[in-house]
Amino acid sequence: MALLRVHKLVKGYENPEGQRNIVVNVESLEMAAGEQVALSGESGAGKTTLLHLIAGIVRPDSGSVEFDGRDICRLSESERDRVRATGMGYIFQTFNLLQGFTCLENVLLGMHFGHGADRERARALLHRVGLGSRAGHYPRQLSTGQQQRVAVARALAGKPKLVLADEPTGNLDHENAREALSLIREVCVENHAALLLVSHDRDVLSRFDRVLKLDTLNLAAG
Amino acid sequence: MNLLTIIIKSLRQHALSTAITSASIALAGGLLMAVWVVKEQSHQAFTQNNAGFDAVLGARSSKLQLVLNSIFHVEESPGNMAWNDYLEIRKNPNVEAAVAIAVGDNYRGYRLVGVTSNLFTQVEYAPGKRFEVAPPGRLFDPELREAVVGSFAAQRLGLRYGDTFHPYHGLNFNEKEQHQETYVVVGILKPSNTPADRVIWIPLEGLQKMSGHDARAATDVSAALVKLKGSGQAGFRLDLLYNKQGNRLTFAWPVGRIMAQMFDKISWFDRVLTMIAYLVAVVAAGSILASIYSSMNERKRDIAIMRALGARRFTVFSMIMLEAAAIAALGMAAGFLVYGGIAFTAAELMRAQTGVVLSPLAFNKVMIWAPAGMIGLAALAGFVPALKAYRTPVADHLTPVS
Repeated sequence: MALLRVHKLVKGYENPEGQRNIVVNVESLEMAAGEQVALSGESGAGKTTLLHLIAGIVRPDSGSVEFDGRDICRLSESERDRVRATGMGYIFQTFNLLQGFTCLENVLLGMHFGHGADRERARALLHRVGLGSRAGHYPRQLSTGQQQRVAVARALAGKPKLVLADEPTGNLDHENAREALSLIREVCVENHAALLLVSHDRDVLSRFDRVLKLDTLNLAAG
Repeated sequence: MNLLTIIIKSLRQHALSTAITSASIALAGGLLMAVWVVKEQSHQAFTQNNAGFDAVLGARSSKLQLVLNSIFHVEESPGNMAWNDYLEIRKNPNVEAAVAIAVGDNYRGYRLVGVTSNLFTQVEYAPGKRFEVAPPGRLFDPELREAVVGSFAAQRLGLRYGDTFHPYHGLNFNEKEQHQETYVVVGILKPSNTPADRVIWIPLEGLQKMSGHDARAATDVSAALVKLKGSGQAGFRLDLLYNKQGNRLTFAWPVGRIMAQMFDKISWFDRVLTMIAYLVAVVAAGSILASIYSSMNERKRDIAIMRALGARRFTVFSMIMLEAAAIAALGMAAGFLVYGGIAFTAAELMRAQTGVVLSPLAFNKVMIWAPAGMIGLAALAGFVPALKAYRTPVADHLTPVS
């Protein structure tokens, strides 16, 4: 049974001229539990919007996103929040750590809205991403590479079945990008989480067995 | 990590605005509580604290002036009445006790009151309580130049048992108006928390015959403090006798109602003060609204991140409401310090001016409803920014604003 099944998913926005621009038009996309998939596409191709649709952050115009047996497009907003809190982890290109919170607190925050904060697990995750000794540091006290590691720990904190990573290496230099990608893939495997990673970096894409290419109108399975 | 931790984090992140808005809440809450407590306690003290007397008989004048001068030892004396008038009311079958007093002198601003000895032997200033002299003192001898000093006056003047002093003429201190007579302090009164505490008591005759006083008025008294027998009928009879049938003297009765009438007359002042306190509270709540609302733009990204992590709309709404309430709670905690500062200062002034003692530490319901109201008002003020947080579109704010 597929963990994620996207079917005839359409999302458009109205432009200032009053015309509707279709940003996402996905015929079909399936992912199995624990699978790691890369999603490629040009800037503006709708990669981030697709992740938002899958995460239930925005509603589609039509179509369905079936996650773990439930069509999240039919769920209420609070139910979608709950699915996101308990079943999904999100890694952003810009890390999106809360600046007023320490590394540990950022990770705990990733748990708080879901299954509840577990300080031991948060510490273990930080240790796993190599930041065990920086738990009490604030994001501004870390390098960009380290900040992304905290974001990885936070994404895995809530024991998600699916991790959505939106250009997670986009703000990192080559070396840090390689390390971050390896880390993301490893911890997802260790935590039995599937990974859907968006990138336009060929080097990143080349490391995935399954790469899907998204254009503005259609998604073709690769 | 819980909601409270998140709110504390947010308050720390906006520490300056938190401090400023909390300070304004503290000022508003402290002011409101102080105005309320001082108003209620002073009203109670002046209307219920009659120092053991039901009425005052004195020269034809306003009842209020008579009461203020004779019971609370403030205001000018309205004039004298004859000794025979005192004897007459003392013998009246409606009267349980009558104490004659004479005023007109002071010692460094504290009134000397000539009084008949029965003030200390016959009168209970509160049920079961008589004026007592602290050891090793004793009551004055009516034949001698001796003084018993009220506890507050003694403390302020530094007078102790065995000290001597020269009285000064008039109710206000003037260094050039010193009398020749020397008085010896033979006793300090135990605190009674009544106006008697700020008076220097001497024998009636001593004040009447003080050098420089008009010899023709040497037997006159300023007023007679009256304790009535039984219920209100005695008061009605004397009221009829002195105020309605007679026109020479004024019988001020009942003391509590006369003081209540005074408070009624100045109640507009209470209302103005209370209105100001309410207004300050509303302005302070407005400052919370402005402070949080103005920071909403920088908060939107944090809110969007939390929403992306699974926080519900209602959770972020609650966070902002609770943050506003927390600012008010912090402010009200500090507000009790402001309250203490204002109330203790007011109590000290009140005690110095009237001898009436207020108790700022005594519980008052305002100490519950003012903080609760302020926190509620603040939460209400947080509603608008909370609604903004509630409506924050997540997807639009997940990327940083360059």
